[in-house]
Amino acid sequence: MADAVRTREALRIVGRPVARHDARDKVTAATAYAADWALPGMLHAAVLRSPYPSARIVKLETARAAAMPGVAVVLTAKDVPRNTVSTDVPGQTTAVGPLRATLHVLAEDRVRHQGEPVALVAADTLELAQAAVDAIDVEYETTPGVFTPEAALAPGAPPVHPTGNLLAQWRIARGDVARALAGAAVVVEGEYTTQLVDAAYLEPESGVAWVDSDGVITIRLSTQVIEHFRDVAEVLQVPQNRVRVIGTYLGGGFGGKEDVTVEAYLGLLALKTGRPVKMVWTRQESLLARAKRHPYRLRYRTGAAATGEIVAQQIELLADAGAYAYLSALVLLYSTVTAAGPYRVPAVAVDARVAYTNNPPTSAMRGFGAMQTVFAYESQLDRVARRLGMDPVEIRRVNALRRGDTLPVGQVIETHVALPELAERAWAALGPPAPSRAPHVKIGRGLACNFQPYGRIVWLHDWASAWVGFEMDGSLVVRCGCPDVGGGQAASLCQIAAEVLGVGLERISVHVSDSALTPLAGTTTASRQLYMSGNAVLKTARELRAQLLTVAASILKTGVDDLDVEQERVVARDGRTLALPDLLRECARAGVPRSHLGVYHAPAGEPVDLARGSGKVFPDYTFGAHAAEVEVDTETGVVRVRAYAAAHDVGRAINPQSVEGQIQGGAVQGLGYGLMEEVVVENGINLTTSFSTYLIPTAADVPDVAPIVVESGEGLGPFNARGIGEPPIGPPAAAIANAIEDATGARLTRLPITAERVARALGLLDEG
Amino acid sequence: MIARLVLNGRAREVEVRPNQTLLEMLRDTLGVFDVKEGCDEGVCGVCTVLLDGRPASSCLVLAAALRGRAVTTLRGIERDGGLHPLQEAFVRHGAVQCGFCTPGMLLTVLALLEHEPRPDRPAIRAALEGNLCRCTGYAKIVDAVEAYVRADGGRDG
Repeated sequence: MADAVRTREALRIVGRPVARHDARDKVTAATAYAADWALPGMLHAAVLRSPYPSARIVKLETARAAAMPGVAVVLTAKDVPRNTVSTDVPGQTTAVGPLRATLHVLAEDRVRHQGEPVALVAADTLELAQAAVDAIDVEYETTPGVFTPEAALAPGAPPVHPTGNLLAQWRIARGDVARALAGAAVVVEGEYTTQLVDAAYLEPESGVAWVDSDGVITIRLSTQVIEHFRDVAEVLQVPQNRVRVIGTYLGGGFGGKEDVTVEAYLGLLALKTGRPVKMVWTRQESLLARAKRHPYRLRYRTGAAATGEIVAQQIELLADAGAYAYLSALVLLYSTVTAAGPYRVPAVAVDARVAYTNNPPTSAMRGFGAMQTVFAYESQLDRVARRLGMDPVEIRRVNALRRGDTLPVGQVIETHVALPELAERAWAALGPPAPSRAPHVKIGRGLACNFQPYGRIVWLHDWASAWVGFEMDGSLVVRCGCPDVGGGQAASLCQIAAEVLGVGLERISVHVSDSALTPLAGTTTASRQLYMSGNAVLKTARELRAQLLTVAASILKTGVDDLDVEQERVVARDGRTLALPDLLRECARAGVPRSHLGVYHAPAGEPVDLARGSGKVFPDYTFGAHAAEVEVDTETGVVRVRAYAAAHDVGRAINPQSVEGQIQGGAVQGLGYGLMEEVVVENGINLTTSFSTYLIPTAADVPDVAPIVVESGEGLGPFNARGIGEPPIGPPAAAIANAIEDATGARLTRLPITAERVARALGLLDEG
Repeated sequence: MIARLVLNGRAREVEVRPNQTLLEMLRDTLGVFDVKEGCDEGVCGVCTVLLDGRPASSCLVLAAALRGRAVTTLRGIERDGGLHPLQEAFVRHGAVQCGFCTPGMLLTVLALLEHEPRPDRPAIRAALEGNLCRCTGYAKIVDAVEAYVRADGGRDG
């Protein structure tokens, strides 16, 4: 800690809440999002989607639609050069072995979920494109489907895919669980249900593609993963260097723009027509077609000693993958590794399965399998504490992981775990309890902690690269293929470069997210970009600095270690200075590059055998603790969150204001998950394809989240930062459920915790 | 048909389809991309414009029905080519993340301050209920509005 504090004092720009360059662009609407783009002669595209969750396509005739005036092209599966796109691990790493997952670009002989794409149209106007979609002659013959994972895994269930309905299974077995449970002072059993949830960003999936003047198929879109240019090239059967993806500043991602969305369609249509093509999904289409967060059923048996120490966890997880694999096997792995929580548990058994159904596909969404488990393990811990009459902070202090502890999967925790401090501070931040406003309104408080991996699974051998270079006037350019989803990814890179190279933020131009012109940096997912691209920029800037200072040292006839760079000057220890433009001219004369390309490789590892508990899965984890005060109207079941505090150890805050924003925004998404959000699906049909039925929190639904930023100085990112994109979404649902039990004695185990469910739990409604 | 309106202070006549919304006219016909499209059903607030000074979802307004009304988009609030102080407050207080809701948010806040120059936090939150934000959790947006009001940036700021 002391080291971290000392280092912070020496920092100039890192650690300060500076205004982000992109915020200035966004308040004036200068930012051109993917849909804010038009080219001369541009076509508009639309998708024909299946209305059925499970059907054979018995007829698909496009001649009438294709002949309509203004229609440029109609495409079906047979027109796609390679009708398969891989959906397993997006980005620059490919070594995933048995996890390979694929998807048809357009449906062939059958459809497996409502909204599955069947045909594409491009026309002069959007209205014409939609009319042509309606004119496609398609007939389906419905087939029996399966709509719950339990039904999917039952004997004789209709197979969604020929490989069977069990998509993936992970197991962990550590210690003698049966014996530990038999010897426990208390054993708590619980079954929890989490729901299907949508990313619901405000910017729908969108993009424009064109064949550029050099023949390169160029796709400008809203994506978290520019490396999908390779997947598009595979679909088009062109060399990978003939496809370019330009990623725009996103209007939100949250995992929903990690998988391929519009890019393969746009690439196909631009290639087939030779004209620019635009595709913007409607909100209905976005809510219908995009992969969502997995619903889980989580069964827990938790045993604890009289001291509150957990002695065993027996855990069974079952998740719904929907109709295609996407990233489900990996999401389930995150659940498996985190299932026992951020606690020391000597005996753990996890059996985790994910099944295909004919429901909407599920894939990445903020938290990525490590957040559904929080609802279960923190509800369980709270119940244990109540049984033992223990304080919620105390039971977490007793059980918290510490540096050097081994997770059930066999991974050793190598960094500081600030959990007790986080729990104390979040709990204390609620302040003195507020009085109830009426006798039937009960007040309660709840605490929930979590841990979330940041950075990719170590056996994916993750890397990121960046280019940093000076112009002759001393202004700086940073290039990095890092998509900016709105979390301030690009701005943080500027702060890091400014810190190392002694230039002001206003003197930096940053170019991000272009697969042709920025060095690849991997996906903006997995809370990895500050860690990965941040480290890449840090390493590159440091190497560039060393390169330049070597020249400066020879000019000033002093040692490199006696030089610093500040305010665009090299400053020697004896006070002499050298203006940066003078140094840059000398570098040019001497043939020393004024720019540098650097690559950061994350610590890598080999795949682990989970059952043997053999080792490291993730680079590191971010820990958090949230505390909630709720009021429950015991006449109506309505729950209102009165106060909310969220503490996370972020290692170091590169920009404290951005960190607070991640914590507040993530916590509110988590409150939406806990209290209101649900994609309602009946027999495979999505009933919530509009924002008037899929409800997300408004400003009036949630309180101010008090962010508590703890900087332990321990993390693997630049300046010891940890990732903070995903972690804040984990604890809210459990914190609310724990607070409701505190208020009313009723335990809610199914999300979202709607007024109706609370009313039922309070006995206000008839069961049924 | 011809839609008549005063767009950011300039009288305009625009050829539109009878069923064309103000949002479609602004974005598709006029290339006014400072108005965003979020849901096309009047729920998310992303396409908010000021219609005679009152916030309106431009996706719910037929262009042909404007009949000379004043339409203000984000570009219409900038001052002397610089930022409006409310825009400055949004930047300074971290009220912007992805930024997709920001144009609509700014316009809604300005309309609120027209009739309620000194709103407290609950009043600000209530006024923003029709403008969804998925990134910020709203607190820093409310912080920015509060700071702007406190700095006497209200009606005449």
